[in-house]
Amino acid sequence: MGTDDLGFTANELMVCEAARRLRDGEVVFVGIGLPNLACNLARRLYAPKLVLIYESGAIGAEPERLPISIGDPALVTNSLSVCSMFDVFTFYLQRGLIDVGFLQGAQIDRFGNLNTTVIGNYQRPKVRLPGSGGACEIAIHAKRVVVIAPQSKRSFPERVDFVTSPGFVASGQTRKGLGMPGGGPAAVITNLGAYEFADGEMILKSLHPGCTIEQVRDNIGWEVKISSNIRTTNIPTPDELRVLRAELDPTHLFI
Amino acid sequence: MPRKLMSMQDAVARFVHDGDTIVIEGFTHLICFAAAHEIIRQRRRDLTVCRLTPDLIYDQLIGAGCVRKLIFSWAGNPGAGPLYNFRRAVEQGIPNKIELEEYSHYGMVGRLTAGAAHLPFFPLRNYLGSDLPNVNTLIKTVACPFTGEELAAVPALNPDVAIIHAQRVDENGNAQIWGLLGVQKEAAFASKRTIVVAEEIVLESVIRSDPNRTLIPGLIVDAVVCEPFGCHPSYAQGYYDRDNDFYVRWKKISEHVDGFNAYLDEWVFGVANRAEYVERMIESIEKLKAKANFCEPVNYGY
Repeated sequence: MGTDDLGFTANELMVCEAARRLRDGEVVFVGIGLPNLACNLARRLYAPKLVLIYESGAIGAEPERLPISIGDPALVTNSLSVCSMFDVFTFYLQRGLIDVGFLQGAQIDRFGNLNTTVIGNYQRPKVRLPGSGGACEIAIHAKRVVVIAPQSKRSFPERVDFVTSPGFVASGQTRKGLGMPGGGPAAVITNLGAYEFADGEMILKSLHPGCTIEQVRDNIGWEVKISSNIRTTNIPTPDELRVLRAELDPTHLFI
Repeated sequence: MPRKLMSMQDAVARFVHDGDTIVIEGFTHLICFAAAHEIIRQRRRDLTVCRLTPDLIYDQLIGAGCVRKLIFSWAGNPGAGPLYNFRRAVEQGIPNKIELEEYSHYGMVGRLTAGAAHLPFFPLRNYLGSDLPNVNTLIKTVACPFTGEELAAVPALNPDVAIIHAQRVDENGNAQIWGLLGVQKEAAFASKRTIVVAEEIVLESVIRSDPNRTLIPGLIVDAVVCEPFGCHPSYAQGYYDRDNDFYVRWKKISEHVDGFNAYLDEWVFGVANRAEYVERMIESIEKLKAKANFCEPVNYGY
Protein backbone atom coordinates (compact mmCIF):
# COMPACT_ATOMS: atom_id res chain seq x y z
CA MET A 1 0.00 0.00 0.00
CA GLY A 2 1.17 3.48 -0.68
CA THR A 3 0.71 5.11 2.69
CA ASP A 4 4.41 5.43 3.59
CA ASP A 5 4.75 8.61 1.54
CA LEU A 6 1.69 9.99 3.37
CA GLY A 7 3.69 10.16 6.59
CA PHE A 8 2.52 6.96 8.30
CA THR A 9 2.79 3.23 7.78
CA ALA A 10 0.06 0.69 7.06
CA ASN A 11 0.51 -0.78 10.54
CA GLU A 12 0.06 2.65 12.15
CA LEU A 13 -3.14 3.23 10.20
CA MET A 14 -4.48 -0.22 11.13
CA VAL A 15 -3.74 0.36 14.82
CA CYS A 16 -5.45 3.79 14.83
CA GLU A 17 -8.49 2.48 12.94
CA ALA A 18 -8.83 -0.35 15.49
CA ALA A 19 -8.33 1.98 18.47
CA ARG A 20 -11.21 4.23 17.35
CA ARG A 21 -13.59 1.28 17.47
CA LEU A 22 -13.19 0.92 21.24
CA ARG A 23 -15.56 2.79 23.54
CA ASP A 24 -14.83 4.14 27.00
CA GLY A 25 -15.61 1.72 29.81
CA GLU A 26 -15.54 -1.36 27.61
CA VAL A 27 -13.78 -4.54 28.66
CA VAL A 28 -11.28 -5.75 26.07
CA PHE A 29 -9.55 -9.11 25.72
CA VAL A 30 -6.21 -7.97 24.34
CA GLY A 31 -3.87 -9.81 21.99
CA ILE A 32 -0.17 -9.14 21.65
CA GLY A 33 1.33 -7.01 18.83
CA LEU A 34 -0.93 -4.59 16.93
CA PRO A 35 -4.07 -5.27 19.06
CA ASN A 36 -2.11 -4.42 22.20
CA LEU A 37 -1.01 -1.14 20.63
CA ALA A 38 -4.57 -0.34 19.55
CA CYS A 39 -5.95 -0.95 23.06
CA ASN A 40 -3.25 1.05 24.80
CA LEU A 41 -3.63 3.87 22.26
CA ALA A 42 -7.37 3.99 22.87
CA ARG A 43 -6.79 4.00 26.63
CA ARG A 44 -4.42 6.96 26.37
CA LEU A 45 -6.53 9.06 23.97
CA TYR A 46 -10.20 8.09 23.73
CA ALA A 47 -11.17 5.59 26.37
CA PRO A 48 -9.40 6.19 29.70
CA LYS A 49 -11.72 3.73 31.44
CA LEU A 50 -11.06 0.90 28.98
CA VAL A 51 -10.36 -2.29 30.96
CA LEU A 52 -7.55 -4.33 29.45
CA ILE A 53 -7.70 -8.07 30.15
CA TYR A 54 -4.97 -10.43 28.98
CA GLU A 55 -5.62 -14.18 28.79
CA SER A 56 -2.60 -14.67 31.03
CA GLY A 57 -4.74 -13.43 33.92
CA ALA A 58 -3.85 -9.73 34.18
CA ILE A 59 -7.01 -7.66 34.70
CA GLY A 60 -6.97 -3.88 34.31
CA ALA A 61 -3.35 -3.93 33.19
CA GLU A 62 -1.54 -0.64 32.61
CA PRO A 63 1.77 -1.84 31.16
CA GLU A 64 4.61 0.69 31.45
CA ARG A 65 6.57 -0.93 28.65
CA LEU A 66 5.42 -2.59 25.44
CA PRO A 67 4.63 -6.21 26.32
CA ILE A 68 6.51 -8.63 24.07
CA SER A 69 4.42 -11.61 25.08
CA ILE A 70 0.95 -12.02 26.50
CA GLY A 71 2.51 -13.08 29.79
CA ASP A 72 4.90 -10.15 30.13
CA PRO A 73 5.72 -9.26 33.76
CA ALA A 74 4.92 -5.59 32.98
CA LEU A 75 1.24 -6.62 32.69
CA VAL A 76 1.27 -7.71 36.31
CA THR A 77 3.01 -4.73 37.95
CA ASN A 78 0.31 -2.23 39.04
CA SER A 79 -2.60 -4.10 37.43
CA LEU A 80 -5.99 -4.21 39.20
CA SER A 81 -6.04 -7.95 39.65
CA VAL A 82 -4.10 -11.03 38.65
CA CYS A 83 -6.09 -14.21 38.52
CA SER A 84 -5.67 -17.80 37.39
CA MET A 85 -6.48 -18.83 33.84
CA PHE A 86 -9.48 -20.75 35.16
CA ASP A 87 -10.83 -17.45 36.49
CA VAL A 88 -10.10 -15.54 33.26
CA PHE A 89 -11.84 -18.02 31.00
CA THR A 90 -14.66 -19.00 33.37
CA PHE A 91 -15.58 -15.88 35.34
CA TYR A 92 -14.64 -13.19 32.83
CA LEU A 93 -15.03 -14.67 29.33
CA GLN A 94 -17.67 -17.41 29.72
CA ARG A 95 -19.55 -15.29 32.25
CA GLY A 96 -20.06 -12.75 29.46
CA LEU A 97 -18.00 -9.82 30.72
CA ILE A 98 -15.89 -9.30 27.59
CA ASP A 99 -17.13 -6.62 25.18
CA VAL A 100 -14.39 -6.82 22.57
CA GLY A 101 -11.97 -9.61 21.67
CA PHE A 102 -9.06 -9.05 19.33
CA LEU A 103 -8.08 -11.98 17.12
CA GLN A 104 -5.56 -12.67 14.38
CA GLY A 105 -5.26 -15.51 11.92
CA ALA A 106 -3.11 -16.98 9.18
CA GLN A 107 -6.36 -17.25 7.20
CA ILE A 108 -9.76 -15.56 7.40
CA ASP A 109 -12.70 -16.23 5.10
CA ARG A 110 -15.76 -14.29 3.94
CA PHE A 111 -17.76 -15.33 7.01
CA GLY A 112 -15.04 -14.23 9.40
CA ASN A 113 -13.93 -17.76 10.32
CA LEU A 114 -10.29 -17.78 11.43
CA ASN A 115 -7.62 -20.43 10.97
CA THR A 116 -4.58 -20.56 13.25
CA THR A 117 -4.19 -24.37 13.17
CA VAL A 118 -2.90 -25.78 9.86
CA ILE A 119 -2.36 -24.89 6.22
CA GLY A 120 -3.42 -27.96 4.24
CA ASN A 121 -4.69 -31.21 5.68
CA TYR A 122 -4.78 -31.56 9.49
CA GLN A 123 -3.17 -35.01 9.51
CA ARG A 124 -0.46 -34.09 6.98
CA PRO A 125 -0.16 -30.31 7.15
CA LYS A 126 1.86 -28.22 4.73
CA VAL A 127 2.42 -25.77 7.56
CA ARG A 128 1.65 -26.51 11.16
CA LEU A 129 0.51 -23.28 12.87
CA PRO A 130 0.35 -22.74 16.66
CA GLY A 131 -3.33 -23.68 17.17
CA SER A 132 -6.18 -22.05 19.05
CA GLY A 133 -4.80 -20.74 22.30
CA GLY A 134 -7.75 -18.83 23.71
CA ALA A 135 -8.99 -17.74 20.28
CA CYS A 136 -11.76 -20.34 19.87
CA GLU A 137 -13.52 -19.37 23.11
CA ILE A 138 -12.91 -15.65 22.56
CA ALA A 139 -14.57 -15.95 19.11
CA ILE A 140 -17.56 -17.68 20.71
CA HIS A 141 -18.01 -15.48 23.79
CA ALA A 142 -16.83 -11.90 23.15
CA LYS A 143 -19.72 -9.54 22.39
CA ARG A 144 -17.84 -8.48 19.29
CA VAL A 145 -14.57 -9.48 17.65
CA VAL A 146 -12.12 -7.20 15.86
CA VAL A 147 -9.52 -8.70 13.53
CA ILE A 148 -6.35 -6.93 12.39
CA ALA A 149 -4.71 -8.75 9.47
CA PRO A 150 -2.66 -7.86 6.39
CA GLN A 151 -4.58 -8.92 3.30
CA SER A 152 -3.54 -11.29 0.48
CA LYS A 153 -5.21 -13.96 -1.68
CA ARG A 154 -3.51 -16.64 0.43
CA SER A 155 -4.56 -15.23 3.79
CA PHE A 156 -8.10 -14.28 2.66
CA PRO A 157 -9.27 -17.48 0.89
CA GLU A 158 -12.90 -18.25 0.10
CA ARG A 159 -12.81 -21.05 2.72
CA VAL A 160 -10.24 -21.42 5.48
CA ASP A 161 -8.41 -24.78 5.59
CA PHE A 162 -9.47 -25.24 9.22
CA VAL A 163 -11.97 -23.33 11.37
CA THR A 164 -10.09 -22.73 14.61
CA SER A 165 -12.25 -19.82 15.75
CA PRO A 166 -15.75 -19.53 14.33
CA GLY A 167 -17.07 -16.34 12.77
CA PHE A 168 -20.48 -16.64 11.16
CA VAL A 169 -19.45 -20.19 10.15
CA ALA A 170 -21.31 -20.48 6.83
CA SER A 171 -23.90 -18.87 4.68
CA GLY A 172 -27.41 -19.22 6.08
CA GLN A 173 -26.32 -20.28 9.57
CA THR A 174 -26.69 -17.90 12.47
CA ARG A 175 -24.51 -17.78 15.55
CA LYS A 176 -27.64 -17.69 17.73
CA GLY A 177 -28.95 -20.76 15.95
CA LEU A 178 -25.71 -22.55 16.75
CA GLY A 179 -25.95 -21.42 20.38
CA MET A 180 -23.01 -19.02 20.42
CA PRO A 181 -23.36 -16.35 23.13
CA GLY A 182 -21.08 -13.72 21.53
CA GLY A 183 -21.91 -11.47 18.60
CA GLY A 184 -19.08 -12.57 16.31
CA PRO A 185 -16.77 -10.58 14.08
CA ALA A 186 -17.65 -6.89 13.82
CA ALA A 187 -14.65 -5.51 11.93
CA VAL A 188 -11.69 -6.72 9.90
CA ILE A 189 -8.97 -4.13 9.44
CA THR A 190 -6.39 -4.84 6.76
CA ASN A 191 -3.56 -2.90 5.12
CA LEU A 192 -5.99 -1.94 2.30
CA GLY A 193 -9.28 -1.17 3.99
CA ALA A 194 -11.74 -1.80 6.79
CA TYR A 195 -14.54 -4.37 6.55
CA GLU A 196 -17.65 -4.89 8.60
CA PHE A 197 -20.24 -7.67 8.38
CA ALA A 198 -23.70 -7.64 6.82
CA ASP A 199 -25.87 -10.79 7.02
CA GLY A 200 -22.82 -12.62 8.34
CA GLU A 201 -20.60 -11.75 5.39
CA MET A 202 -17.62 -9.41 5.12
CA ILE A 203 -18.31 -6.13 3.33
CA LEU A 204 -15.76 -3.42 2.50
CA LYS A 205 -16.77 -0.20 4.28
CA SER A 206 -13.71 1.99 3.81
CA LEU A 207 -10.59 2.16 1.66
CA HIS A 208 -7.32 3.39 3.12
CA PRO A 209 -5.89 6.51 1.45
CA GLY A 210 -3.89 5.59 -1.64
CA CYS A 211 -5.54 2.15 -1.97
CA THR A 212 -7.89 1.08 -4.77
CA ILE A 213 -10.80 -1.33 -5.18
CA GLU A 214 -8.64 -3.22 -7.72
CA GLN A 215 -5.99 -3.79 -5.08
CA VAL A 216 -8.67 -5.07 -2.72
CA ARG A 217 -10.04 -7.47 -5.37
CA ASP A 218 -6.52 -8.67 -6.28
CA ASN A 219 -5.85 -9.57 -2.69
CA ILE A 220 -8.97 -11.46 -1.68
CA GLY A 221 -10.11 -14.97 -2.58
CA TRP A 222 -13.78 -14.33 -3.32
CA GLU A 223 -16.10 -11.84 -5.03
CA VAL A 224 -16.09 -9.39 -2.15
CA LYS A 225 -19.09 -7.23 -1.32
CA ILE A 226 -18.47 -3.50 -1.38
CA SER A 227 -20.57 -1.00 0.53
CA SER A 228 -22.59 1.40 -1.64
CA ASN A 229 -21.46 4.34 0.50
CA ILE A 230 -17.80 3.43 0.74
CA ARG A 231 -15.60 6.08 2.35
CA THR A 232 -11.91 6.78 2.80
CA THR A 233 -10.43 5.63 6.09
CA ASN A 234 -9.50 8.50 8.41
CA ILE A 235 -5.77 8.97 8.52
CA PRO A 236 -3.91 8.85 11.85
CA THR A 237 -3.92 12.16 13.73
CA PRO A 238 -0.67 13.78 14.91
CA ASP A 239 -1.68 12.93 18.49
CA GLU A 240 -2.17 9.26 17.64
CA LEU A 241 1.17 9.08 15.84
CA ARG A 242 2.99 10.82 18.69
CA VAL A 243 1.63 8.43 21.34
CA LEU A 244 2.31 5.40 19.15
CA ARG A 245 5.86 6.34 18.19
CA ALA A 246 7.12 8.12 21.26
CA GLU A 247 5.35 6.25 24.05
CA LEU A 248 3.89 2.90 23.03
CA ASP A 249 6.37 1.45 20.55
CA PRO A 250 9.49 3.62 20.67
CA THR A 251 11.73 0.89 19.18
CA HIS A 252 9.25 0.25 16.33
CA LEU A 253 8.89 -3.40 17.17
CA PHE A 254 5.38 -3.67 15.74
CA ILE A 255 4.73 -0.42 13.84
CA MET B 1 8.06 -38.34 57.11
CA PRO B 2 10.68 -38.66 54.34
CA ARG B 3 12.80 -35.62 53.57
CA LYS B 4 11.44 -33.85 50.49
CA LEU B 5 14.32 -31.47 49.87
CA MET B 6 16.60 -32.91 47.17
CA SER B 7 18.62 -32.03 44.07
CA MET B 8 16.96 -31.71 40.65
CA GLN B 9 18.98 -34.72 39.55
CA ASP B 10 17.48 -36.85 42.34
CA ALA B 11 13.95 -35.47 41.89
CA VAL B 12 13.88 -36.32 38.18
CA ALA B 13 15.56 -39.70 38.72
CA ARG B 14 13.01 -40.65 41.40
CA PHE B 15 9.79 -39.18 40.06
CA VAL B 16 9.97 -38.89 36.25
CA HIS B 17 10.03 -42.23 34.41
CA ASP B 18 10.11 -43.28 30.76
CA GLY B 19 6.58 -43.40 29.38
CA ASP B 20 5.16 -41.04 32.02
CA THR B 21 2.60 -38.32 31.37
CA ILE B 22 4.09 -35.10 32.69
CA VAL B 23 3.01 -31.49 33.02
CA ILE B 24 5.49 -28.65 33.56
CA GLU B 25 3.18 -25.64 33.80
CA GLY B 26 3.62 -21.87 33.97
CA PHE B 27 2.01 -19.46 31.49
CA THR B 28 5.01 -17.48 30.15
CA HIS B 29 5.87 -16.96 33.84
CA LEU B 30 7.70 -19.50 36.05
CA ILE B 31 8.44 -22.08 33.34
CA CYS B 32 10.93 -24.49 34.88
CA PHE B 33 13.58 -24.94 32.18
CA ALA B 34 15.93 -26.38 34.83
CA ALA B 35 13.65 -29.42 35.13
CA ALA B 36 13.34 -29.94 31.36
CA HIS B 37 17.12 -29.78 30.95
CA GLU B 38 17.58 -32.43 33.63
CA ILE B 39 14.95 -34.63 31.93
CA ILE B 40 16.91 -34.28 28.67
CA ARG B 41 20.22 -35.03 30.44
CA GLN B 42 18.72 -38.18 31.95
CA ARG B 43 17.48 -39.12 28.47
CA ARG B 44 13.87 -39.85 29.38
CA ARG B 45 11.91 -41.31 26.47
CA ASP B 46 8.29 -41.82 25.33
CA LEU B 47 6.91 -39.05 27.50
CA THR B 48 3.42 -37.67 27.02
CA VAL B 49 3.91 -33.97 27.71
CA CYS B 50 1.00 -31.67 28.59
CA ARG B 51 1.03 -27.87 28.64
CA LEU B 52 -1.23 -25.12 27.36
CA THR B 53 1.70 -23.46 25.60
CA PRO B 54 4.51 -25.91 24.77
CA ASP B 55 6.83 -22.87 24.52
CA LEU B 56 10.60 -23.35 24.08
CA ILE B 57 10.62 -25.78 27.00
CA TYR B 58 8.68 -28.53 25.19
CA ASP B 59 10.26 -27.55 21.87
CA GLN B 60 13.53 -28.59 23.52
CA LEU B 61 12.08 -31.83 24.91
CA ILE B 62 10.63 -32.65 21.47
CA GLY B 63 13.89 -31.85 19.64
CA ALA B 64 15.86 -33.94 22.14
CA GLY B 65 13.68 -36.97 21.36
CA CYS B 66 12.03 -37.27 24.80
CA VAL B 67 8.44 -36.93 23.58
CA ARG B 68 5.96 -39.45 22.17
CA LYS B 69 2.82 -37.36 22.48
CA LEU B 70 1.91 -33.70 23.04
CA ILE B 71 -1.34 -32.52 24.68
CA PHE B 72 -1.61 -28.75 24.19
CA SER B 73 -3.52 -25.67 23.04
CA TRP B 74 -1.02 -23.18 21.56
CA ALA B 75 2.35 -24.19 20.13
CA GLY B 76 4.27 -21.06 19.19
CA ASN B 77 7.22 -19.00 20.39
CA PRO B 78 5.28 -16.24 22.20
CA GLY B 79 5.81 -12.93 20.42
CA ALA B 80 8.64 -14.38 18.31
CA GLY B 81 7.41 -16.92 15.72
CA PRO B 82 7.07 -20.69 15.40
CA LEU B 83 8.53 -23.60 17.37
CA TYR B 84 10.84 -25.29 14.90
CA ASN B 85 11.39 -28.63 16.68
CA PHE B 86 7.62 -28.98 17.11
CA ARG B 87 7.07 -28.22 13.43
CA ARG B 88 9.84 -30.59 12.27
CA ALA B 89 8.32 -33.39 14.36
CA VAL B 90 4.79 -32.77 13.06
CA GLU B 91 5.64 -31.96 9.43
CA GLN B 92 8.63 -34.31 8.86
CA GLY B 93 8.82 -36.76 11.77
CA ILE B 94 12.20 -35.38 12.94
CA PRO B 95 13.65 -36.57 15.34
CA ASN B 96 10.53 -38.73 15.68
CA LYS B 97 6.85 -38.47 14.88
CA ILE B 98 4.78 -37.15 17.75
CA GLU B 99 1.11 -37.71 18.37
CA LEU B 100 -0.93 -34.53 18.91
CA GLU B 101 -3.97 -34.09 21.12
CA GLU B 102 -5.15 -30.56 20.69
CA TYR B 103 -7.57 -28.29 22.55
CA SER B 104 -8.05 -24.57 23.10
CA HIS B 105 -6.72 -22.95 26.29
CA TYR B 106 -10.07 -23.21 28.03
CA GLY B 107 -10.30 -26.89 27.09
CA MET B 108 -6.87 -27.55 28.67
CA VAL B 109 -7.79 -25.52 31.76
CA GLY B 110 -10.99 -27.59 32.02
CA ARG B 111 -9.15 -30.92 31.66
CA LEU B 112 -6.78 -30.10 34.52
CA THR B 113 -9.60 -28.66 36.65
CA ALA B 114 -11.64 -31.86 36.33
CA GLY B 115 -8.50 -33.87 37.09
CA ALA B 116 -7.80 -31.78 40.19
CA ALA B 117 -11.42 -32.05 41.36
CA HIS B 118 -11.51 -35.84 40.88
CA LEU B 119 -14.39 -35.52 38.43
CA PRO B 120 -14.57 -37.40 35.10
CA PHE B 121 -15.04 -34.38 32.83
CA PHE B 122 -15.41 -30.62 32.64
CA PRO B 123 -18.41 -28.99 30.93
CA LEU B 124 -17.91 -25.73 29.07
CA ARG B 125 -19.67 -23.55 26.50
CA ASN B 126 -17.23 -23.89 23.66
CA TYR B 127 -16.21 -25.39 20.29
CA LEU B 128 -19.51 -24.51 18.52
CA GLY B 129 -18.69 -24.06 14.86
CA SER B 130 -15.02 -24.93 15.34
CA ASP B 131 -13.25 -27.81 13.55
CA LEU B 132 -11.38 -28.80 16.73
CA PRO B 133 -13.93 -31.50 17.75
CA ASN B 134 -13.58 -32.99 14.23
CA VAL B 135 -9.87 -33.71 14.80
CA ASN B 136 -10.04 -34.55 18.50
CA THR B 137 -12.74 -37.09 19.36
CA LEU B 138 -12.15 -36.50 23.09
CA ILE B 139 -13.98 -33.18 22.75
CA LYS B 140 -17.58 -34.32 23.18
CA THR B 141 -20.94 -32.85 24.11
CA VAL B 142 -23.13 -33.44 27.13
CA ALA B 143 -26.71 -32.43 27.85
CA CYS B 144 -27.33 -30.39 30.99
CA PRO B 145 -29.52 -32.61 33.26
CA PHE B 146 -31.46 -29.54 34.43
CA THR B 147 -32.09 -27.49 31.30
CA GLY B 148 -31.23 -29.87 28.48
CA GLU B 149 -28.73 -27.37 27.06
CA GLU B 150 -26.00 -29.05 25.06
CA LEU B 151 -22.53 -28.22 26.35
CA ALA B 152 -19.03 -29.19 25.30
CA ALA B 153 -17.19 -31.63 27.56
CA VAL B 154 -13.52 -32.47 27.90
CA PRO B 155 -12.15 -35.41 29.91
CA ALA B 156 -10.21 -35.09 33.16
CA LEU B 157 -6.44 -35.04 32.78
CA ASN B 158 -4.44 -36.72 35.55
CA PRO B 159 -0.73 -36.61 34.74
CA ASP B 160 1.77 -38.85 36.54
CA VAL B 161 3.96 -35.90 37.48
CA ALA B 162 3.56 -32.13 37.77
CA ILE B 163 6.61 -29.90 37.97
CA ILE B 164 5.81 -26.43 39.28
CA HIS B 165 8.22 -23.55 39.80
CA ALA B 166 7.45 -21.20 42.71
CA GLN B 167 9.11 -18.07 44.01
CA ARG B 168 9.46 -19.54 47.49
CA VAL B 169 8.73 -22.79 49.27
CA ASP B 170 9.40 -24.29 52.67
CA GLU B 171 11.07 -27.67 52.98
CA ASN B 172 7.70 -29.42 53.32
CA GLY B 173 6.62 -28.10 49.93
CA ASN B 174 4.25 -25.27 50.89
CA ALA B 175 4.75 -23.13 47.81
CA GLN B 176 4.00 -19.43 47.35
CA ILE B 177 3.53 -17.91 43.91
CA TRP B 178 2.65 -14.37 42.88
CA GLY B 179 2.32 -12.72 39.49
CA LEU B 180 0.71 -14.76 36.71
CA LEU B 181 -0.74 -17.95 38.18
CA GLY B 182 -1.56 -19.85 34.97
CA VAL B 183 -2.90 -23.35 35.75
CA GLN B 184 -0.24 -24.38 38.24
CA LYS B 185 -2.67 -25.07 41.08
CA GLU B 186 -4.91 -27.21 38.87
CA ALA B 187 -1.90 -29.06 37.40
CA ALA B 188 -0.47 -29.87 40.84
CA PHE B 189 -3.77 -31.10 42.31
CA ALA B 190 -4.52 -33.14 39.14
CA SER B 191 -1.20 -35.02 39.17
CA LYS B 192 -0.24 -38.18 41.03
CA ARG B 193 3.16 -36.78 42.05
CA THR B 194 4.31 -33.16 42.33
CA ILE B 195 7.79 -31.68 42.29
CA VAL B 196 8.02 -28.07 43.46
CA VAL B 197 11.09 -26.13 42.35
CA ALA B 198 11.72 -22.69 43.83
CA GLU B 199 13.93 -19.66 43.69
CA GLU B 200 14.30 -19.79 47.47
CA ILE B 201 13.74 -22.21 50.30
CA VAL B 202 12.30 -20.27 53.23
CA LEU B 203 11.33 -21.09 56.80
CA GLU B 204 7.82 -22.33 57.45
CA SER B 205 7.30 -19.17 59.51
CA VAL B 206 7.75 -17.05 56.35
CA ILE B 207 5.04 -19.06 54.60
CA ARG B 208 2.79 -18.79 57.67
CA SER B 209 3.20 -15.00 57.71
CA ASP B 210 1.27 -14.76 54.41
CA PRO B 211 -0.95 -17.85 54.06
CA ASN B 212 -3.17 -16.47 51.28
CA ARG B 213 -0.20 -16.57 48.95
CA THR B 214 0.31 -20.33 49.28
CA LEU B 215 -0.88 -21.76 45.96
CA ILE B 216 0.25 -25.35 46.49
CA PRO B 217 0.16 -27.00 49.90
CA GLY B 218 2.96 -29.30 51.01
CA LEU B 219 0.51 -32.12 51.51
CA ILE B 220 0.41 -32.84 47.75
CA VAL B 221 4.15 -32.25 47.20
CA ASP B 222 6.65 -35.13 46.91
CA ALA B 223 9.88 -33.30 46.20
CA VAL B 224 11.25 -29.82 46.85
CA VAL B 225 14.15 -28.50 44.77
CA CYS B 226 15.98 -25.19 45.23
CA GLU B 227 17.02 -23.82 41.85
CA PRO B 228 17.75 -20.07 41.65
CA PHE B 229 17.25 -18.75 38.09
CA GLY B 230 15.68 -22.12 37.32
CA CYS B 231 13.23 -20.55 34.84
CA HIS B 232 15.64 -18.70 32.57
CA PRO B 233 14.85 -17.74 29.74
CA SER B 234 11.35 -17.57 31.30
CA TYR B 235 11.00 -15.33 34.35
CA ALA B 236 10.07 -15.12 38.01
CA GLN B 237 8.15 -12.00 39.03
CA GLY B 238 10.13 -10.00 41.55
CA TYR B 239 13.32 -12.02 40.86
CA TYR B 240 14.27 -11.67 37.20
CA ASP B 241 12.75 -10.56 33.89
CA ARG B 242 12.00 -12.70 30.87
CA ASP B 243 14.99 -12.98 28.53
CA ASN B 244 13.08 -11.75 25.49
CA ASP B 245 16.29 -11.57 23.44
CA PHE B 246 16.81 -15.29 23.96
CA TYR B 247 13.23 -16.03 22.83
CA VAL B 248 13.95 -14.03 19.65
CA ARG B 249 17.30 -15.81 19.18
CA TRP B 250 15.55 -19.18 19.46
CA LYS B 251 14.63 -18.92 15.76
CA LYS B 252 18.30 -18.89 14.73
CA ILE B 253 19.25 -21.56 17.26
CA SER B 254 16.49 -24.03 16.42
CA GLU B 255 15.67 -23.34 12.77
CA HIS B 256 18.02 -26.17 11.73
CA VAL B 257 18.71 -29.44 13.53
CA ASP B 258 22.45 -28.74 13.72
CA GLY B 259 21.95 -25.43 15.50
CA PHE B 260 19.58 -27.02 17.98
CA ASN B 261 21.96 -29.92 18.69
CA ALA B 262 24.81 -27.46 19.22
CA TYR B 263 22.60 -25.65 21.76
CA LEU B 264 21.89 -28.93 23.58
CA ASP B 265 25.60 -29.83 23.62
CA GLU B 266 26.59 -26.50 25.07
CA TRP B 267 23.77 -25.61 27.46
CA VAL B 268 22.21 -28.95 28.45
CA PHE B 269 24.69 -31.82 28.03
CA GLY B 270 27.63 -29.44 28.46
CA VAL B 271 26.69 -28.55 32.06
CA ALA B 272 26.23 -30.86 35.03
CA ASN B 273 23.32 -28.94 36.51
CA ARG B 274 21.50 -25.60 36.64
CA ALA B 275 24.11 -23.99 38.86
CA GLU B 276 26.72 -24.49 36.15
CA TYR B 277 24.34 -23.10 33.51
CA VAL B 278 23.77 -19.99 35.63
CA GLU B 279 27.49 -19.59 36.30
CA ARG B 280 28.22 -19.70 32.58
CA MET B 281 25.44 -17.22 31.79
CA ILE B 282 25.92 -14.99 34.80
CA GLU B 283 26.44 -11.75 32.86
CA SER B 284 23.18 -11.89 30.91
CA ILE B 285 21.30 -13.16 33.96
CA GLU B 286 22.56 -10.31 36.16
CA LYS B 287 21.07 -7.84 33.66
CA LEU B 288 17.65 -9.43 34.05
CA LYS B 289 17.40 -8.98 37.83
CA ALA B 290 14.08 -7.41 38.86
CA LYS B 291 13.61 -3.91 40.21
CA ALA B 292 11.88 -3.62 43.59
CA ASN B 293 8.14 -2.98 43.56
CA PHE B 294 6.80 -4.07 46.96
CA CYS B 295 3.13 -4.30 47.87
CA GLU B 296 1.59 -2.64 50.91
CA PRO B 297 1.69 -5.14 53.78
CA VAL B 298 -1.66 -6.55 54.95
CA ASN B 299 -2.63 -7.21 58.55
CA TYR B 300 -3.44 -10.87 59.31
CA GLY B 301 -4.09 -10.07 62.96
CA TYR B 302 -7.41 -10.37 64.80
